Amino acid sequence: MNQMSIVHLSAITKQFGKVTAVEGLDLLIKEGEFFTFLGPSGCGKTTTLRMVAGFYYPTKGVVKFNDRDMTTVPPEKRNTGMVFQNYALFPHMTVFENVAFGLKVRKLNKAETKTRVTDVLKKVRLDQYADRQVSQLSGGQQQRVALARAIVIEPDILLLDEPLSNLDARLRDEMRAEILRLQKEYKITTIYVTHDQVEALTMSDRIAVFNFGRCQQVGTPTEIYNEPVNDFVAEFIGETNLLPVTEVQGGGEKRTYRSEALGREVTVNDTPLNIARYGEVDELRMSIRPEAVEVSVNQFSGPNVYPGTVKNVQFTGAAVHTYVEMNEGLTLVGTALNQGPSTYLREGADVFVRLPEDQIRIVPKAGV
Amino acid sequence: MLNADKRRTLLLLIPVILVLVGYVLYPTLRTAYESFLHNGAFSLQNYEDFFGTKARANLQALWNSVWISLLSVLFSALIGIPLAYIFNRYEFPGRRFFSNIAIMPIVLPSLVGVMAFMFLYGEAGLIPNAIKDLLHLSDVPFKIGGISGILIVHAYTMYPYFYMTASSALGNLDPSLEEAASNLGANRFKVFWQVTFPLLTPGIVAASLLVFMVSMASFSAPFLLAGGFRVLSLQIYFSKINGDLEMAATQSVILSIVSISFLLFMRWYQSRKDYRMASKGIGAHRSEVSNPVLKWTMVTIGILAMIVLLLPHATLLLLSLVPEGTWTWQTYPTAFNFENYTMLFDTPYIWEPVRNSLIMAFLACLGVFVFGIFTSYALVKRNFIGKNLLDILVMIPWALPATVVGMNLILAFNSPSPFSFGKILVGTFWILPLAYFVRFLPLVVRSTNAVLEQLDDSIEEAAQNLGAKWFYTFRKIVIPIILPGVLSGTLLAFVQAVGEFPTSVLLYTIGNRPISIEIMNQLRMFNVGQAAAYGMIQVGLIAIVMFISSRFLGVKAEKSLG
Repeated sequence: MNQMSIVHLSAITKQFGKVTAVEGLDLLIKEGEFFTFLGPSGCGKTTTLRMVAGFYYPTKGVVKFNDRDMTTVPPEKRNTGMVFQNYALFPHMTVFENVAFGLKVRKLNKAETKTRVTDVLKKVRLDQYADRQVSQLSGGQQQRVALARAIVIEPDILLLDEPLSNLDARLRDEMRAEILRLQKEYKITTIYVTHDQVEALTMSDRIAVFNFGRCQQVGTPTEIYNEPVNDFVAEFIGETNLLPVTEVQGGGEKRTYRSEALGREVTVNDTPLNIARYGEVDELRMSIRPEAVEVSVNQFSGPNVYPGTVKNVQFTGAAVHTYVEMNEGLTLVGTALNQGPSTYLREGADVFVRLPEDQIRIVPKAGV
Repeated sequence: MLNADKRRTLLLLIPVILVLVGYVLYPTLRTAYESFLHNGAFSLQNYEDFFGTKARANLQALWNSVWISLLSVLFSALIGIPLAYIFNRYEFPGRRFFSNIAIMPIVLPSLVGVMAFMFLYGEAGLIPNAIKDLLHLSDVPFKIGGISGILIVHAYTMYPYFYMTASSALGNLDPSLEEAASNLGANRFKVFWQVTFPLLTPGIVAASLLVFMVSMASFSAPFLLAGGFRVLSLQIYFSKINGDLEMAATQSVILSIVSISFLLFMRWYQSRKDYRMASKGIGAHRSEVSNPVLKWTMVTIGILAMIVLLLPHATLLLLSLVPEGTWTWQTYPTAFNFENYTMLFDTPYIWEPVRNSLIMAFLACLGVFVFGIFTSYALVKRNFIGKNLLDILVMIPWALPATVVGMNLILAFNSPSPFSFGKILVGTFWILPLAYFVRFLPLVVRSTNAVLEQLDDSIEEAAQNLGAKWFYTFRKIVIPIILPGVLSGTLLAFVQAVGEFPTSVLLYTIGNRPISIEIMNQLRMFNVGQAAAYGMIQVGLIAIVMFISSRFLGVKAEKSLG
């Protein structure tokens, strides 16, 4: 029922006065895809979304929906449905009137409007509340009205600007599922802006990671998590141990790097999964996720095993974090699933830490 | 190429700028120009006359205006701030009731208020004479008039500015700040002087500046009470009556300079970073007064204050029931009936001023309403070069004393100009609605600004995103949301326009004489009853408007913010 859209951003730059908010951005968002812009605040993700919606026009570059150039088309002619961070519900209208607004603008007749609004309100489970004033609704309900209002116009593209950031944790989980369900049901191309990596990883088909107005990496959640292209992505998504390293020797199936902080050499498998692309002049970082770090009181066999002292054991419920001091300037974290009290290490215990050579990732330092 | 958004801003700005330039800037500049003319030739003679030895009266009047204003600030603050502190910090029987009564002076239009004070405490006033008769004195024990009269009226009418700012500052003050100070070992005295008072200062300074400006501009009180005492706003009127328009222009310029420098100072002061913090869930915390002696003392003070505050209103009501010719040589009025009110309906001559005032105030407010919304929208929601300048231009009529606004219009429109479509406006019906429009524009723009600033940009964007064009969004989203706020501002402007005296007295003609002028006429003819009845109409209108605002518009406005 929807005409689905491809969103194509090419060579987009947006400046506000002297400040460059977005620079040299190229993105292709596929039909029906759930695409997430992820990044810290001020990274340019919302600016990009607003250029897709038409609230900003790019300083340079082209915005296309399918093959239509939309770069300077005013927002009311783009047929996008946007859900705002603060929901932006019209305070003087009821739930029904809010949802019907877009249809009224499109001059749909009364009967058709009524069916469609009732229909979508049912979808977001708010049909009981149609005649309520929006101020009488809870946060989660307001969020669903905003969603219904954006969907009911059958937009080519659904735009979500940090829609869950004003909700509490439990409601957030619920709404996450709700948004996904509706997106799959309507198969709308969706752009989702968030700074919450868990949201991004769990919901998205693909993610674009932003920092300082530049897109750092585009990929599926597993690619982003397992094969970050630089230290910013590695550190921003998930937890990681990050150490500066220098390349000692390549060739063969392994490469060897030296970490000054560790004072030792580290062996890494020479595969694309373990070694990101980098140039001659790049500074390098070694990233290893805490869940890949092995800690034991017994000596491991094989390479990349270093002695240390347990500094702190942090119990979080499902997982146990073990902080191991390798030397005065370096502490590594290892995370294991909770296996019961007998497996917790004692603080002050002398242990061995193993960094598996197939779990390490070598990345270049992100350029600014 | 201009994009659609910029084109729209431009389209919006053109009428706004035309009106402001035509009816605010041009008249102001015209007055400035006129002040440099002496017998038609360009010279500094007028300023020499003002500051020179030839006419001491002018310089004396300027000096009088300044110190009267300073004393007005002091007295208003001394009444308003303690009252606010007591009503906001202590819980005792009747507190809410008293705190509502405390703002009653604003219900009294200035001319009517001054009149009530005259008949209450003046030479022939009811109170002094009652005391005289009760104690069998040979002469009245006290009477107000001249300086003391002006100061008392100013303190009475202006202390609510302090009361309201201090009340709202105290209400917004997070009680945990004071609790934190106590917790750190400060005693009550220290807490007040080191925490509470410094946090109130920004509000108090703003109120002081405001009261200073209002009392520099004050016209009605000196007009009726001054006797031989001269203040600058009155001097302008006298110069105009004596036909010396060039001197009136010079005096206006000097009064304007004082007022506008205060406006700029106030803007600067308010734009400084203040101490307000956004803390959530501020709960009122009032200490219960448990000591019975203290408690009942407070209640007594409350009741006494209430009587003093409401006496002018009561006097006005009483006087309005005194029929013409029945209170001449007697100490107290003797006959009471509703003649003054019935005459409104059966005597066209009596009804006419009321009709004039209502029509002219309505016309002015219609203009202010429409124009105010567009101006405010441009100022709050659009970005353009020179925005700050436009903002100042809108606020000029607010900073200028009413007398000066009146003079500006006289000097601008007593000859044909493009802004009056080549006609002379002075001496016609239209000059007064125009004067009211200029006078009360800032009020409506300010109240509209306040609601528009609350309206998040994303609301408009959401409508646009759903396919609505700009004008559709403006009509269906922006206007309905801001309407309660704009309406309450416009209604306020309406009642003030109905009672407006200083510009009316400079610009009225026999054909369009408004209520305030007729009050003055009736007073001259010693027909106090009819004058008071006119006053009661104004008080009644104000009461109705305040009721509507708080009952209907207030509720709606709050809801739209939720």
